[in-house]
Amino acid sequence: MDNTKKLEEFQAKIDADTKIEPKDWMPEDYRKHLQRQISQHAHSEVIGMQPEGNWISRAPSLRAKVVLLAKIQDEAGHGQYLYSAAETLGKSRDEFIEELQTEKAKYSSIFNYPTLTWADMGAVGWLVDGAAIVNQVSLQRTSYGPYSRAMVRICKEESFHQRQGYEIMAHMAKGTPEQKAMAQDALNRFWWPSIMMFGPHDSDSPNTGNAVKWRIKRETNDELRQKFIDKTVGQAEVIGLTIPDPDLKWNETRKSYDFGKMNWDEFWSVVNGNGPCNRQRLKHHIAAHKNGEWVRKAALAYAAKQKEIQNLKLEIRN
Amino acid sequence: MTTKEALINYCLRIGDTSLILGQRMSEWCSNGPVLEEDIAMTNIALDHIGQARTMLTYAGVLEGKGRTEDDFAYKRNEREFYNSLLSERPNGHFGDTVVRNFLQSAYFYHLYTALSSSKDELIAAHAAKSLKEVTYHLRHSAEWIVRLGDGTDESKNKVQTSINEIWEYTGNLFEMNDVDTLLIKEGIAINQTEIKSKWDKTVDEVLERAKLIRPTDAYMQTGSLKGMHSEYLGHLIAEMQFLPRAYPDAKW
Repeated sequence: MDNTKKLEEFQAKIDADTKIEPKDWMPEDYRKHLQRQISQHAHSEVIGMQPEGNWISRAPSLRAKVVLLAKIQDEAGHGQYLYSAAETLGKSRDEFIEELQTEKAKYSSIFNYPTLTWADMGAVGWLVDGAAIVNQVSLQRTSYGPYSRAMVRICKEESFHQRQGYEIMAHMAKGTPEQKAMAQDALNRFWWPSIMMFGPHDSDSPNTGNAVKWRIKRETNDELRQKFIDKTVGQAEVIGLTIPDPDLKWNETRKSYDFGKMNWDEFWSVVNGNGPCNRQRLKHHIAAHKNGEWVRKAALAYAAKQKEIQNLKLEIRN
Repeated sequence: MTTKEALINYCLRIGDTSLILGQRMSEWCSNGPVLEEDIAMTNIALDHIGQARTMLTYAGVLEGKGRTEDDFAYKRNEREFYNSLLSERPNGHFGDTVVRNFLQSAYFYHLYTALSSSKDELIAAHAAKSLKEVTYHLRHSAEWIVRLGDGTDESKNKVQTSINEIWEYTGNLFEMNDVDTLLIKEGIAINQTEIKSKWDKTVDEVLERAKLIRPTDAYMQTGSLKGMHSEYLGHLIAEMQFLPRAYPDAKW
């Protein structure tokens, strides 16, 4: 079967909302797009452990510590099954990690911002996970089977995380004046980077075309961003915090909030390596990987020895 | 000393050891040799902190002065902690951590097995529940000791050095004072010498499988029963207690 025919069949499947599975034929660009997107998603989960891990040792109550630990453990688990989903496209986890460490692959730029106070654990859960959920709920219907199934699983846990983050914010906003100030400060710092997590405007987004046609992406950046803003504004009001955008206003005609201009220069500057923590995050990841090398080698050597012994036993028996 | 006072102290020994070890294990987050180990170590941290919460809460209930788990964790000073000297040892490299956890988990395993039939109902219930968790911790650390001991030359040397260096803190696990005497008589606590012989057996078996050498017992560090610790503990709790100490009026 020639490629044009295969491509037609592929597109027909997509249009009928039949999931593409690892062994199915797929255009090379589809495969590459997914490898990039899923691995970037996995890297984000893993790098995201750092800014939150920054507060485990200082969590202000044992309950808060346990909740945070459980959350970060979930993120690591998400990374694990996203790497597995990405591996079904024919590249190994080691290769993906190598791409991360050599800066050929990206992770969500939001994690290049520091977590400066305990309120940031609230802001990260509420806003960063909140934004991620909007995106991931949409991705549950993505055309690639393993990715879609990973998203279904992840969404369940993420909505739990978002509630936990909001709970921290709500608690602090109702607390002492110092706590309330911390909560507002965290919202001020995380608001804009969070709404920029959805990526550039549709008019400036180079990857949207094919991704929409192939139903990897079911909704555009701007649509998702609007959804997130519309559901978050009310949540801020309920707990008495102010979204740091003077242009934020309900638009009765659109039944949505209008909002101010995002600073895309800052966004691209952070994406391109100039965020407060870009170097720190990558250095940390590389150091942990390097420090673990002797452990991984030992595990492999041990497994090889066990296999040899097993083989010898079989030989003797035969 | 009343039985109740003795029991409060006994709860703090167990609870503090779980708390401090949990705090140490949580330091591994995002630093593991592979993602799967990050998950496993976070899980172990979670178990320990969960165990600590039960014991510290129980200490507060027994005391009857309204102190909570957080009051015990966040508002005591160094000299009021009774955790084992082993549990506060810094993580070092992966092998150091695995060895520390193995020696402590083997202790907990035999302790909780015995305490499952304690005459104090809550201690017995806590022991039975925790036993499931520490059985996993013991298996996890023991499997790694075998892999590192029987892996490469480098891993063997590293893990043997870890064992040699930490050995002097193991004697402290089995120390007893009048708290034990009183609680053993009441059928609440267990004689540590009984645990020691079982612990010895577990340790010997795993080290043999790992082709590692058990160090000869020499001088053993002491002090935790009197609230005397290494310099490391002060730093650990200063970090842990920062927020409640800095904002005493705040509720989190």
